[in-house]
Amino acid sequence: MNEAGGLAALGLHGQIAVFTSAVLFVIGAIGVLMRRNVIMVFMCIELMLTAGNVALVAFSRAHGIEGHIMVFFVMAVAAAEAAVGLAIIVAIFRHYGVVDLDRFRLLRW
Amino acid sequence: MNLYEPVFPSLILALPLVGAVVNGMGAFLWKDNKIIPSVVGPGVLVAAFALTALNTVLFWRMGAHDPSVTGLWTWIESGDLRVAIDLQLDQLSLLMCMVITGVGSLIHVYSVGYMKSDPGFSRYFAYLNLFVFFMLILVLGASFPVMFVGWEGVGLCSYLLIGFWYENREYASAGKKAFIVNRIGDAGFLVAMFLLFGAFGTLDFIPIMEAAPGSLAYGGLLVTGITLLLFAGCTGKSAQIPLFTWLPDAMAGPTPVSALIHAATMVTAGVYLVARSSVLFALSPVAQTTVAVVGAATALFAGTIAIKQYDIKKILAYSTISQLGYMFVAVGVGAFTAGVFHLMTHAFFKALLFLGAGAVIHGVAHAWNHGDEGNQGAADTPWAGDPNDVRNHGGLRKFMPLTWVFMWVATLAIAGVFPFAGFFSKDEIVWYAGVMGNPAVWAVSLSAAILTAVYMTRMMMLCFHGNNRTFGGGSGGGLHEAPPVMWVPLAVLAVLSLVGGWVNIPSSLPLPDIHILGDWLHPVFAQAEAVAEAHGAHHEYVSPVGGGEALWAGISTLLAIAAVIAGFLWLRGSRSRAAELAQPAGGVSGFLHGKWYIDELYDRVVVGPLQAIWRVCWTIVDDGIIDRAVNGAGQAVRVLGWVGGQLQTGRVTAYLLVFMLGAALVLGILT
Repeated sequence: MNEAGGLAALGLHGQIAVFTSAVLFVIGAIGVLMRRNVIMVFMCIELMLTAGNVALVAFSRAHGIEGHIMVFFVMAVAAAEAAVGLAIIVAIFRHYGVVDLDRFRLLRW
Repeated sequence: MNLYEPVFPSLILALPLVGAVVNGMGAFLWKDNKIIPSVVGPGVLVAAFALTALNTVLFWRMGAHDPSVTGLWTWIESGDLRVAIDLQLDQLSLLMCMVITGVGSLIHVYSVGYMKSDPGFSRYFAYLNLFVFFMLILVLGASFPVMFVGWEGVGLCSYLLIGFWYENREYASAGKKAFIVNRIGDAGFLVAMFLLFGAFGTLDFIPIMEAAPGSLAYGGLLVTGITLLLFAGCTGKSAQIPLFTWLPDAMAGPTPVSALIHAATMVTAGVYLVARSSVLFALSPVAQTTVAVVGAATALFAGTIAIKQYDIKKILAYSTISQLGYMFVAVGVGAFTAGVFHLMTHAFFKALLFLGAGAVIHGVAHAWNHGDEGNQGAADTPWAGDPNDVRNHGGLRKFMPLTWVFMWVATLAIAGVFPFAGFFSKDEIVWYAGVMGNPAVWAVSLSAAILTAVYMTRMMMLCFHGNNRTFGGGSGGGLHEAPPVMWVPLAVLAVLSLVGGWVNIPSSLPLPDIHILGDWLHPVFAQAEAVAEAHGAHHEYVSPVGGGEALWAGISTLLAIAAVIAGFLWLRGSRSRAAELAQPAGGVSGFLHGKWYIDELYDRVVVGPLQAIWRVCWTIVDDGIIDRAVNGAGQAVRVLGWVGGQLQTGRVTAYLLVFMLGAALVLGILT
């Protein structure tokens, strides 16, 4: 395995995939920070996870099978997280009637 | 070869301690029971006295010469320092124990009557027993630290008993004053112990006294420092100039306490200390002169104050200071036997005087509480209602004839009239002050002896003679003699005040030649006398102005008798008595009544500046620096916490932003 090669070892398709992953991650991150709707924030988190998956797949072209394995783990965790997260959101909505993040400031002193 | 073996020496100590524990428990458990303390309190003392007497007789009959040391246990062992709880029984400590337990027993018995109606009856006997325990440790301890334990212990008991009626703020303050003034002197005692350990590597009496003449230079700086520091301790405990001011205030305690602690035993501890360290003092002429001069000055000074006091106990307190001065004159000039002799006779007649004064105070207070007439003394006077004030006494001879007789015996004894006890002991001191000391000390001692006769006669005349003023010039109804439990101890002490001096009669007097005390104590002081002789002390047995001992003994007793008669005649006239009873306005008598304003002087010179320093420490150092620093630290933490709190918005996105920036930062640093 060629560690020193960095991005060059991935080839053009690989580089495109990594670039796409970076763009997706930043979009997700900005969405998490900017959006106030919990559903949207939640979807942005999924986007960031997906970006991570894309990067893992891209790098496994040069570095072997481990990336693919990690992707399956991430997908499994993401599925679980989606189930729990959506359930929490439903519970919040039933309780407060809104899903606006700025309304939930109980963590403050 | 010592055939003598001490018989249960630790039991002498244990008995008063047991009494203190039982009575101390009683103060909580059977507060109102007066029978148990009345039996246990004096009982343990009488038992301790019997045991001491047995030991003394055995010591004497078996011809023991050397001290006998009984080891109990090791107290401190650290490096070279080894302090053991050892009891030293020798001629000096046995004599002291005889005085302490003997006079102590009488005072305990007397207290049963005197404190009869006091709610703190059991507590009183607990303190009194504890005092005797510590006093016995003081005299029986075979080393300086053990003696120091007793020394501090009696100080504690003195404090507790002065402030016995602690509800009275003034009395409680008097206790504190005694305690604090004594601390000043005790610091000297402690430093002296450090120096002694540095010089000898041990603190036991016997090795130090044996090694001292060889290892310390005669008149050297070290031995002078040690002895002067020891003497600083003595000035505190034995109320000498400059630390005497606590003793008159100590009269706030119950009167038997004044008799036991502040007249007969504790205040003589300083004299005992000097006598115990006689070899060290003999090695330092400077310290000896200091002791003698301070003693003589105190004797005269306190005598002048006693002339113009009205509180009967204060008169006796200043008289005690004066007599202690005599003892220091004796031990200062090297006449240790004479000093201890006066210590013993003084214990008899001063205890008698105090107990007699107690009977008077008790009688007057009792009459006021139960009398037919309501007014207490001359109304509208500052001394109305004060049973201690001689201006409220007068003519008590008619009501308390026994007390009157006993008090006159004690007065003649303290004045040094032949053949009472004080004549022999005081005369010996004045004589040795002239022979072994210097002419100034001798002259001062002689004039203080005349003062003694004057102030004692004045006290007796104002208290027992003339008209009765207890009820403002009324009939004096309700005044009566003290109960037997009080006057029997007085009678015993009166006999002792008469015959107590006959144990040591100078051979130059035309009297039977008796030297029991001198022979008894000789082995204790032989070493000190050898040191003095080795360094060229030789004495011509004539006084500084000529004349032998017999002549001067005669002159001084005639002077004392003359002073007594003069005082008697002077205060018999009603006009001169009225003049004496009037409050001194100013001039010399006002100055003497104001006690030379020494307390005021100390207030200005010592207490005032100290309070100023404390005020600086308090307002500037404590409030200004320390408090501000501590409060400032707290304030700073609060501000910091507020700032930190502002970061906690509670908005998830804000946390996430910080989290992401932090993650980016960490990743940036890692790559």
